[in-house]
Amino acid sequence: MRPLTDEETKTMFEKLSKYIGENIKLLVDRPDGSYCFRLHNDRVYYMSEKILKLATHISRDKLVSVGTCFGKFTKTIKFRLHITALDFLAPYAKFKVWLKPGSEQSFLYGNHVLKSGLGRITENTMQYQGVVVYSLTDVPLGFGVAAKCTQECRQVDPMSIVVFHQADVGEFIRNEDTLT
Amino acid sequence: MAACSVEELLAKAEQDEAEKLKSITVKKELDLEFDIGNLLASDKNRLESRDFREQKKEDFLRSLARDNTQLLINEIWKQPTERVDEAIVTKLPDTVTPLPREKPPPKPRPPTKWEEFARLKGIQNKKNTNLVWDENAKDWRRRWGYKRAKDDTKEWLIEVPVTADPNEDQFAKRATAKKERVAKNEFNRLKNIARAQKVKLPGVGLTPVAQQCKEDLVRAVSVARTSTASVGRFQDRLPKEKPPKNTGKKRKFEPLIGNFSTEKQKQLDLLNLMNGKKPKLDINKAVDNQIREEKREEAAARYKKGAGKKGRRGNMPGKGGKGKGGQTGKSGGGKGSKFGGQGGKSGGQGGKRRGKLGKH
Repeated sequence: MRPLTDEETKTMFEKLSKYIGENIKLLVDRPDGSYCFRLHNDRVYYMSEKILKLATHISRDKLVSVGTCFGKFTKTIKFRLHITALDFLAPYAKFKVWLKPGSEQSFLYGNHVLKSGLGRITENTMQYQGVVVYSLTDVPLGFGVAAKCTQECRQVDPMSIVVFHQADVGEFIRNEDTLT
Repeated sequence: MAACSVEELLAKAEQDEAEKLKSITVKKELDLEFDIGNLLASDKNRLESRDFREQKKEDFLRSLARDNTQLLINEIWKQPTERVDEAIVTKLPDTVTPLPREKPPPKPRPPTKWEEFARLKGIQNKKNTNLVWDENAKDWRRRWGYKRAKDDTKEWLIEVPVTADPNEDQFAKRATAKKERVAKNEFNRLKNIARAQKVKLPGVGLTPVAQQCKEDLVRAVSVARTSTASVGRFQDRLPKEKPPKNTGKKRKFEPLIGNFSTEKQKQLDLLNLMNGKKPKLDINKAVDNQIREEKREEAAARYKKGAGKKGRRGNMPGKGGKGKGGQTGKSGGGKGSKFGGQGGKSGGQGGKRRGKLGKH
């Protein structure tokens, strides 16, 4: 476990800012205590200072997970968001997509969202903007990337993809053994 | 008496002989199968289990083994024998029973680089005759090796090619060429061995080529410089020589539990920097807003024209009710835009959602 280098921090913040914009500041600078990002096994964990100090007692090879995993760095040093970060990112999400009840299951199985399954979408959403996907009952379901901007979404036919799937809460079951 | 005794004796001797003979003849229902080469006899007769139980087991087995051994010995005696130094010996025939070998069969030799290439290209070996006609010697000579035909090492005169340097020693040139070919072959042979045993090949360093490229030379120099007992620490530099770049730099990370406030400040600075880089005017967003405004104005104009349905005006998607008004969409939180046909209810729900999102 180690702090992130400047490069890594930048890469991660760039990815996070696609979903929560400048709200990252609220994650870094929290009124309820000191929180930090730490890298372990190429994965970035977000934890409080207290948890971090407790975790130092565990040797590196035995430590599986600590705090909340935000995502991992790929071998090509790109940052990939994990679904475990949803709890922290959903409250700050700038752009949201609500799914109709019928298409929730399809999304939770890892499929893209079609126009026919789109309930509502935040206005001003641009193309390739990171979005947080919600059910109509306002339960966060995962992350996506808008395939079309809001204006285009109105016009496209019902079977075209409007949100690309990035991560969904179904992964808690599907990738149970690798998710930390 | 004497005659009688002689006759008796003869009879007795005959009887003895018969008994002796009898002892070496064994009766079996089925003949044994022999493999003399392995000194093997296999008895396929049925074992009488009653005999086995009634008799003493040891005795039964011993007699059975004795009989079968007798048969095997008889079979061996049928082979042609000869006498060598007071001993009778026989040559055993070839074995019939295949026996498994002790060690696994050797693996085939992994193909060399050339063999792989030849297989890929479908090149097959051509058989050349070993002897060729030598015009000079008027004789058949070997194609290669000692006393070969058309031996160019035995020439006492070599014509200097037109393009060649007249002062060059053509004999020496041939000799070095030959030496290089031999060295290359040896090198390739070693490479093949190394590849077969999956050993990592050591780097060859710089191979002699006509024009060395600059990077290679620089690398070779830096390697040579550090190949000392002190890893190049006391190596003198040439005047004006620059220190090597990108060497000996170690990764260095911040401590795991360091100063949290500076770490946080660093991250906040980074965020500020990142936000500062963003263009203030987002063209896509501006165009979107423009389009939306135009549509809204159009719709408003149509309603004014109609001027009939006042009741529906309140449900317009605009923001008149909130008092924000304004030309552009404004930055306020998330503004839900409703899809799908939920009819008149949709407006109200959208409004609710709007309020909720605004908090974030």
